[in-house]
Amino acid sequence: MEPSQTQWVKIHPLVVRITHWVNALAILVMVTSGWRIYNASPLFPFRFPNELTLGGWLAGALQWHFAAMWLLVLNGIVYVTYGIVSGHFRSKLFPLTPRAVLNDVREALRGRLAHGDLSVYNAAQRAAYLAIILCLVVLVFSGLAIWKPVQFQEIAAIMGGYEGARIVHFCAMALMVLIVLVHIIMVILVPRTLPTMFTGRARRAS
Amino acid sequence: MKKRTMETSLAEHSPKLVRSIERRLFLRQGLSVGALAMLSGCNLTDDESVQKVLEGMSRWNDRAQGWLFSQTKLAPEFPESAITKPFPFNAFYTEAEVTVVDGKSYQLELAGLVRDQKPWTLPELYALPQTSQITRHICVEGWSAIGKWSGVRFSDFLARIGADTTAKYVGFECADDYTTSIDMATALHPQTLLTFRFADQILPPKYGFPMKLRIPTKLGFKNPKHITAIEVTNEYPGGYWEDQGYNWFSGS
Repeated sequence: MEPSQTQWVKIHPLVVRITHWVNALAILVMVTSGWRIYNASPLFPFRFPNELTLGGWLAGALQWHFAAMWLLVLNGIVYVTYGIVSGHFRSKLFPLTPRAVLNDVREALRGRLAHGDLSVYNAAQRAAYLAIILCLVVLVFSGLAIWKPVQFQEIAAIMGGYEGARIVHFCAMALMVLIVLVHIIMVILVPRTLPTMFTGRARRAS
Repeated sequence: MKKRTMETSLAEHSPKLVRSIERRLFLRQGLSVGALAMLSGCNLTDDESVQKVLEGMSRWNDRAQGWLFSQTKLAPEFPESAITKPFPFNAFYTEAEVTVVDGKSYQLELAGLVRDQKPWTLPELYALPQTSQITRHICVEGWSAIGKWSGVRFSDFLARIGADTTAKYVGFECADDYTTSIDMATALHPQTLLTFRFADQILPPKYGFPMKLRIPTKLGFKNPKHITAIEVTNEYPGGYWEDQGYNWFSGS
C-alpha cells in the first residue's frame, strides 16, 4: 500500500490530549494520596494497602493532595471551558440515550462492540466519559466541603454537613476509580486507541 | 497481485500472536510503571526537590486559606442533643500520659507585642465574662466530634491585655510541651474562645486543663490544650505538627 493511500483522521484535539494526560496525572496523585488520608481515620471497616498510597504518612499525603488539587481544578476548568465553547462536548458526548448505552454495554460484554471509527464515541464511551466528568465535579465540590466546612458550609449542607461530605467524596472516588479501571481495560483490549491520545490522529484506510 | 495477497494473509494471521504478545507486554509494562510509581511514592515525597515543591504549595495554601477566611462567617452551632458522647481523646501521646497541671500554682504567661504582660492566675481568668459554644471539632485525620466549650472570647482577652492586633501571629506554648500558632484574623474571630470548661464542667486534664483555645474555624491540632504562655508576634512561630509538615493555616 502506498503511504499516500493512508488517510489520517484527526480525532482528538490538542487541548483534549493535553488536559487528558494532565488529568490522568492529577487523578493518580489525588487518589493515591487520598487513600493515605482515608487510612488515618477510615470511614468504613477497611484500609487501603499503604504500598498503593502516596505521601508516606498523613502529613505527606495531605501535602500531595492539596498541591495536586490545584492541578486537577485548573486543568478541569480549561477542559470543561474548551468542551463547552468549542462544541466538543456537544458533538462527541451527545446525543446520549439510556437505551443506546444499555445496548452498547451489552454488545461490549459480548465482545462485539463497534469501534471501527475512532473519531466517534459509542454510547457506552459517551456515558463513561460523561460519568467521569460528573464524578470529578462531585469530588471537587465535596472536597471543598471537607476542606472548608465553615467557609463553604452551604456546599457541605447540601451533602448533610461535614460527615455527609466525607461519604459523598468517598463514593464519588470509588465510582470514578471503577470507571477509570474499565477505561484502562478497554484501552488494553483496543490498544490502537492509545497512540491516538498522544498523536491525535488515527489511520483510516481509503 | 500475488504479493499483495501474501501480505494480506500475513497480516491476517500473524497479528493474532503479535497482538497478544504486544498486549501482554503492554499490560506488564503498564503494571510495572504503575507499581514503580507507587513503590517510589514514599521515597518520592522524601526527595529534596519534591519536598521543596510540596512545602511551597503548602505555603501557597496558607495564603489561599487566609483569603478564603471570613471574620464574619460563623461555624455551625448545634443543639445539646448533638454532642458526641464520649468525646474522643486525642494528642501526640496516650491518654495515660496526660499532663496534669496544678491549678493552684498555675500562671498564664504573656509575651511579645502585649502592653500588659502581667501573668494571669486561674481565679482571675474564671472571673472574666464567659460564653459557650457547641461546635464540631474536626481532626486533621478526618474524624469529627461535637462538643460544648465555655470561656472568654479570645478577642476580648487580647483587647484586655493590650495586644497589638495588627501583628501577624499568636503563638502558644503548652504544659505538655506542645506548641502551635495561629493568624491574627482567626484569633479575632468571634467564635475563637479561651475555654475553661468542657460540657459545663471544669476542663478535665484529658481535654486540656486548665485551658484550651477553642477555634471552630480550624482543625483540631490548631486548638492548643494546657496553654501556659501566649505570645503576640510578627515572626512566624511554627508549631509541633506544623514543623513536621502539617499545613500551618489548617482552617476549616
